[in-house]
Amino acid sequence: MATMTKERADSLAPPRRSNFLRTITPYLYILPALIIMTIITYYPIAYSLWMSTTNYGIKNLRVDAPLPDSVGLQNYIDILSGAVSSLIPNFNFWNTLAFNLWWTFSNVIFHVAIGIIIAVILNTQGLWFRGIYRAIFVLPIVIPTLVIGTVWRNMFDADYGAINQVLAAFGGIFGMPEAAFHIRWIDQVDPPIPFIPLPLAYYALLITNIWLGWPFMTIVASGALQSINKEYYEAASMDGASPVRQFFSITLPLLRPAMVPAAMYGMIVTFNLFNLVYFITGGGPLRQTEILVTTAFNLVNAQRLYGLAAAFSVFIMIILIIITVGTNRISRATESYDV
Amino acid sequence: MATTTVSLGKDILGADKKERAASFAPQEKKMKLRRQLLLQLLLLFISFIVLFPILWVVSMSLDPRGLRPLTLTLIPANASLDAYAAVIDKPTNNPVGFWTLARNSLALATSVSVLSVLVGVFCAYAFSRFKFTGRQVIMLGIIIVLMLPTVASLAPLFVLLNKVQFTIGDVNFNLRNSLIGVGLAMISGALPFAIWNLKGYIDTIPKDLEEAAMIDGASANQTFFQIMLPLALPALAVTAFLGFLTGWTEFALSWQFLTNPQDFTLAMALWNMTGQYAANTPWSKFSAMAILVALPVAAVYLALQKYIVGGLTVGGVKG
Repeated sequence: MATMTKERADSLAPPRRSNFLRTITPYLYILPALIIMTIITYYPIAYSLWMSTTNYGIKNLRVDAPLPDSVGLQNYIDILSGAVSSLIPNFNFWNTLAFNLWWTFSNVIFHVAIGIIIAVILNTQGLWFRGIYRAIFVLPIVIPTLVIGTVWRNMFDADYGAINQVLAAFGGIFGMPEAAFHIRWIDQVDPPIPFIPLPLAYYALLITNIWLGWPFMTIVASGALQSINKEYYEAASMDGASPVRQFFSITLPLLRPAMVPAAMYGMIVTFNLFNLVYFITGGGPLRQTEILVTTAFNLVNAQRLYGLAAAFSVFIMIILIIITVGTNRISRATESYDV
Repeated sequence: MATTTVSLGKDILGADKKERAASFAPQEKKMKLRRQLLLQLLLLFISFIVLFPILWVVSMSLDPRGLRPLTLTLIPANASLDAYAAVIDKPTNNPVGFWTLARNSLALATSVSVLSVLVGVFCAYAFSRFKFTGRQVIMLGIIIVLMLPTVASLAPLFVLLNKVQFTIGDVNFNLRNSLIGVGLAMISGALPFAIWNLKGYIDTIPKDLEEAAMIDGASANQTFFQIMLPLALPALAVTAFLGFLTGWTEFALSWQFLTNPQDFTLAMALWNMTGQYAANTPWSKFSAMAILVALPVAAVYLALQKYIVGGLTVGGVKG
């Protein structure tokens, strides 16, 4: 009886009202998120656009402080032209940007290459202890980068760090003196390879981030490897293709649809890898390993130049939008490859 | 006689089979054994590299020797848990105890994760399942802020939150200088991430069940609460955990915003014990702290790892 009434009521419900409900339902679902994001995400971004055209400084922080002076686009010009370096020693936007791009690129290349090679090795038929290796290799992913950064910072210590101690132990086998391995990983200014203008600190960061980054790629590649049909390999080896040839002609092309989005994701993460860079080198020596996000942090934290920092953040936003659109294009373009 | 022949025949057949198998196997096995050992050697070497920092920090945390280690040891002489006791007793020179730091980190991480998932799942569901005017534009707006790290919005967040100040009695409250302010600033980044990550997951859940429910007369809300939410539970757990992780290890905002030691977090204390700030902190203490910060989240990550890694690339990049 009750169901009858309900059914009747349903079928008799005025269509207009249910149409209206159906139209506004999606908006009701997104409304809470939109309200919160408008207040704490979009409004601050809009506010920073205004701040970036002022000389907002520490004097403007008090509640009853006067509004900062408008300086037009001066902050942007100062950042691009390097005029800021009179306030902040060694500040150079273009160097930082170039380093940040190179940092991202060099890291992700290593992550993907090592990740694929180790995934292929782990996928070898009849490999012993596969499960144990898998369990060990996932460890760098699960440890917070904050902890990884601080621990490696101490491991790279010139006097007491584990890296120099291990190198000295190996060197000792060949009769090299321990003093030869007093390597100042973090603060040596001269580039270790004369014709490459990158400080030793860059290599320290690279080593740490390779340690941190490849297992993610291995996991992604392992998943994709398992979905590759074994018949391809059987056919190829019947045709006399060598394992190397098989790797380049079958494995790599079929891994591409999985690896490209993973690499794009890795690029964005690495581009903004604040925790590692800040905790290991702090951007030093002489700001040579500074990336954009650590610079933005320093502009606020150490310099308290809020207006300038806002302008700097606008540049970060523009660059990230370009990178995001670019990486999405690349991901999409390879999507059709998906079988 | 007959039996012998038969058995002989069997024997021959068997031998033949064995021989045939043998003609393949030994070669293959020999190749394999050499390759196997080579691969094992390589994998052992990689395992050593992966485990080295972990073993180092564990060994260091048990090491009772003075300020800094002069030699490498796996298990130090007179290993003890004193450093852990020391850290829990008094982590840094700031007048704040370990449990206060842990409580602050926990509160920050929990509220950021719960709030962003709670609000985010509705929005994610709408993006995944409804077609409506403005959908593309709003989604684009979310993608743009998704890629923007919170550190980049540090300046406006600092200034804006700093404007919310009032005095009750003799207590002066400054939203910027409080855990609530840090939490709000973090949600500004965590919410877009939660929305996008959840949308990625919900996109992969087949629509069949919802459609069946709709045909049976369920409203959009009933479908959402009774069908979608239970199905999305693993995704909710993973997203909540990732939000928790961000909160647990958040550094830049809290370092910049907070001045009262009673509000400090574990991440801030760990940085206080590292590098330039830590000339007098024994590395055993630093290591114990690092392990105490990492262990709880690493354990959960390990348990959820299978779901997280797949979801990140789906939710993170695919639009």
